[in-house]
Amino acid sequence: MPWPMDCATSAIRAMGERALLSVRGLTVRSIAAPSRPIVDSISFDIGRERVGLVGESGSGKSLTARAVMGLLSRPLEALAERLEFEGADLQSFTQRQWDRLRGSKMALVLQDARYALNPVLSIGRQIEEMLLLHDRTVDRMRRVREVLSAVGLADPGVVRAYPHQLSGGMGQRAMLAMMLANGPTLLIADEPTSALDADLRTQVLELMCNGALTPSMGLLLISHDLQLVARYCDRAIVLYRGRIVDQGSAAHLSNSDHPYTRALWSCAPSGRTHGSRLPVFDRRRIDP
Amino acid sequence: MTAVAVESLSVSLVNGAPPVIDSLSLAVTDGEVFGLVGPSGCGKSTLLRVLAGVNRDWRGSVELLHHRPQPHRRFSGSLRREVQMVFQDPYASLHPRHTVARALLEPLRLLDAERPRERMIQALSEVGLDPAIVSRYPHELSGGQRQRVAIARALLSSPRLLLLDEPTSALDLSVQAEILNLLDAVKSVHAVTMILVSHDMGVIAHMCDRAAVMGEGGRIRRLLGREELDRL
Repeated sequence: MPWPMDCATSAIRAMGERALLSVRGLTVRSIAAPSRPIVDSISFDIGRERVGLVGESGSGKSLTARAVMGLLSRPLEALAERLEFEGADLQSFTQRQWDRLRGSKMALVLQDARYALNPVLSIGRQIEEMLLLHDRTVDRMRRVREVLSAVGLADPGVVRAYPHQLSGGMGQRAMLAMMLANGPTLLIADEPTSALDADLRTQVLELMCNGALTPSMGLLLISHDLQLVARYCDRAIVLYRGRIVDQGSAAHLSNSDHPYTRALWSCAPSGRTHGSRLPVFDRRRIDP
Repeated sequence: MTAVAVESLSVSLVNGAPPVIDSLSLAVTDGEVFGLVGPSGCGKSTLLRVLAGVNRDWRGSVELLHHRPQPHRRFSGSLRREVQMVFQDPYASLHPRHTVARALLEPLRLLDAERPRERMIQALSEVGLDPAIVSRYPHELSGGQRQRVAIARALLSSPRLLLLDEPTSALDLSVQAEILNLLDAVKSVHAVTMILVSHDMGVIAHMCDRAAVMGEGGRIRRLLGREELDRL
């Protein structure tokens, strides 16, 4: 069943803590077409929990994450009534404050490690760079080894390896290690496993959603795969054309009565669907 | 009736390196949807490229729709029409500076088709596209639309064998469902044999009559029939 917004918010309040991230009326639009927003006035809170942000491509998932991290560039712009992280107003942040926040308290894991990592720096050097930028007091080599073994890359050879020498799954783990280096409170993962094949996908998600995630952290997992979100998240927000059309606890995604959520849930092919048409949704029915 | 019979096929991509496909034998029946699954690098795509005549550097014996292509030779005669391929990334397989119309009219001209414009419009509506998109460039289409154009292009020459190399892995689940439904419809209308490569067991189990699980060096680990596939 879809939950009304206030219900999710009050659930966080009931737990006696403040939301890590609080978003009200977030709109992302292109300066060229201000009347057609790409993300249209969405509101949500994220506490110390795992939240899945789901929807088709083009629904505004990634832009929402980028807006939250202040990573939009012209011609895109973000407007919001409220955009708060740990009580601080992100909209008033200077470049310096953003630089301090990103990569330390708030970290982003991207889809493809092959493009996201610097090809000419060794893995150890890239993780060390994160520490140099944010915390010069730690024993860096020790911390590098710590985070690498936390993501299952304890082999000392990895520290000296370059991105092209790692497999897709190892690259993704290395990127996760880099993002965990400064102990973030909010981890945003944008389709972190779409470039991996099925076995690796499970490994990396297991690690990201259970192994490496401490109770003091929040996770925003962006994905188009509803079943994956149901398995690994506590709560889900469903986006369609820049609007939140459905949300609720991840366990209840399977019996949501919203047609879009239902189609997204049941469109995965399997042996049982052989010979039958896969459900696709009638876009005209959902379009406002 | 066999559509494809491959015997002790070996392919090396680099001289002196161990072969990507080492002595592979496989038979695909006429009208069947045959799946190939396996980890990346096991030779699935290489096999398709041999069957498409793109990779001509192979050893062994290949029988393709009752033709016997020879290594180091281009396909000739009707085989050129009868085997068509759809690639994983439709953005890379459509010319970025050709409109949809040009991408579809070019093969029709090569085939000396009569009334090419009509054929093009018919092909587009068959894959569920609005004929108004003919003047668009690939970057003006969504991923699903691009893959539909690629499928429409492959169908223009009325192929008897369709080679599908990860046709939906660049797409969202909801768009994937639409493309898989389209391929199902194509199969029932055109009576075409399909070889489908995917790393997603769900896609294979949904689409295929039989499937081969491939391992290192193109070795076939297991052949799965409908009974095994139903359980996936």
